[in-house]
Amino acid sequence: MFRQNFDDELNDLHVRFSEMGMMVNEAIYKSVNAFINHDKTLAQEVIDADVQINEREVDLEKRSFEMIALQQPVTTDLRMIVTVMKASSDLERMGDHAVSIAKSTIRVKGNTRAPEIEETLAQMATKVKQMVEEVLDAYVKSDEKRARKIAKEDLLVDEFSNKIYKMCIKQMQEDSDTIIGSMDYMLVDSYLERIGDYVTNICEWIIYLDTGKLIELNSNSKEENVL
Amino acid sequence: MKTYDSEDRYIKDLDDGKREIALSTDDIHVSYGTHEAIHGVSLAFERFKITALIGASGSGKSTYLRSLNRMNDNIAGTKVTGKIMYRGLDVNSNEVDVYEMRKHIGMVFQQPNPFAKSIYDNITFALQRHGEKRKDVLDETVETTLKQAGLWEQVKDDLHQSALALSGGQAQRLCIARAIAMKPDILLLDEPAAVLDPISTATLEETLMELKERYTIIIVTHNMQQAGRISDYTAFFHLGNALEYDETRKIFTRPKIQATEDYVSGHFG
Repeated sequence: MFRQNFDDELNDLHVRFSEMGMMVNEAIYKSVNAFINHDKTLAQEVIDADVQINEREVDLEKRSFEMIALQQPVTTDLRMIVTVMKASSDLERMGDHAVSIAKSTIRVKGNTRAPEIEETLAQMATKVKQMVEEVLDAYVKSDEKRARKIAKEDLLVDEFSNKIYKMCIKQMQEDSDTIIGSMDYMLVDSYLERIGDYVTNICEWIIYLDTGKLIELNSNSKEENVL
Repeated sequence: MKTYDSEDRYIKDLDDGKREIALSTDDIHVSYGTHEAIHGVSLAFERFKITALIGASGSGKSTYLRSLNRMNDNIAGTKVTGKIMYRGLDVNSNEVDVYEMRKHIGMVFQQPNPFAKSIYDNITFALQRHGEKRKDVLDETVETTLKQAGLWEQVKDDLHQSALALSGGQAQRLCIARAIAMKPDILLLDEPAAVLDPISTATLEETLMELKERYTIIIVTHNMQQAGRISDYTAFFHLGNALEYDETRKIFTRPKIQATEDYVSGHFG
């Protein structure tokens, strides 16, 4: 019975955050599919659904804010709420990048396509989607070790990104008709790369939740306990 | 000391037809001799909710609470004017039987004050005085009220032991059980956790969260965190006026009145 009310609210916050994660994951998946398949209807669907992601972020922030004001949590409880507030804003940005990919899809008009680059983009998107799914699971389980492992996978995303960049440059040098299309490939590549970075941010929040340490993953800076 | 404009007020009108009102006051003034302690307070309390009355010492919150079931009647020279509406009846009028009214509007005080009797007798005392003699009814009341007050498991084998042997937190929950034995609609609590340790306070708060399913609760508290944790509505009192009355989540995140903001954030005065 002890502090049942607070625990219920906290649980509710977790569920809503996880739901937001699923909404964002779906947006990323659909936006990349739409881009590869030149499916403007699906792209529009992603753009329209973004309002729900934004609303969910505002809702989570409001709930977190009220829980801090009304329940005055400390230690682990406080870290849980802070994690939701910070990580939900990362999720929201990820959703925005999915919208950007969708917008690129709508912009593209009968450009010359490069199946090899599209294939690599699809592989990259699959990797990113898998990371998003994994990070949500690691969050639910508050699994610090797994968070560190997922963050390392971002290096693979960066490799994809470099590869696509080089492929696009080569393509553009060889055939100027592909410049506009390749620019879009490069944009989508950079959006996916950014989504990978946000996954790393969420990994950092999971470590904070688990250990209380604020750290920077995938950088050369030393791990320091700032709090 | 900072002075605040007491005309600057925000009182949420809950009596808007959208919710059930258990109790409301209209322009309550309380005077002790020539000194007016409450200068016209009009609040409506929603049924099955917890309302917290907060404010500094001397702000009038306890005086106001005590006027709701006419506890001030017992203090010589005290005058209470205005209406206290309960089920369409003004309980502040002279025609009302105060003892009958208090069966509907019960009170628990700051200091746990069990009678020097057994736990069982503490709970059944008032019922027996009102003529209830059936043992099965009395037994059932003891069990139900102790369960509702979260004390049954701890005392069920010691019902005929003296209530004076209970700890502070247990004694306070016994007082709540005693108050709800009369099946009131409304429970008034005057700083019920003031003398309890944090664990007993948490247990008491859990008890109140359970009780609000059946009772309308109005609680005076000095403990801001407590008001935040358990109440649905909060009224802020200052120098005998209710300056702000709103949903607790609003009072604690974005109050409309500067005095409330300063008080709940600890920058008061």
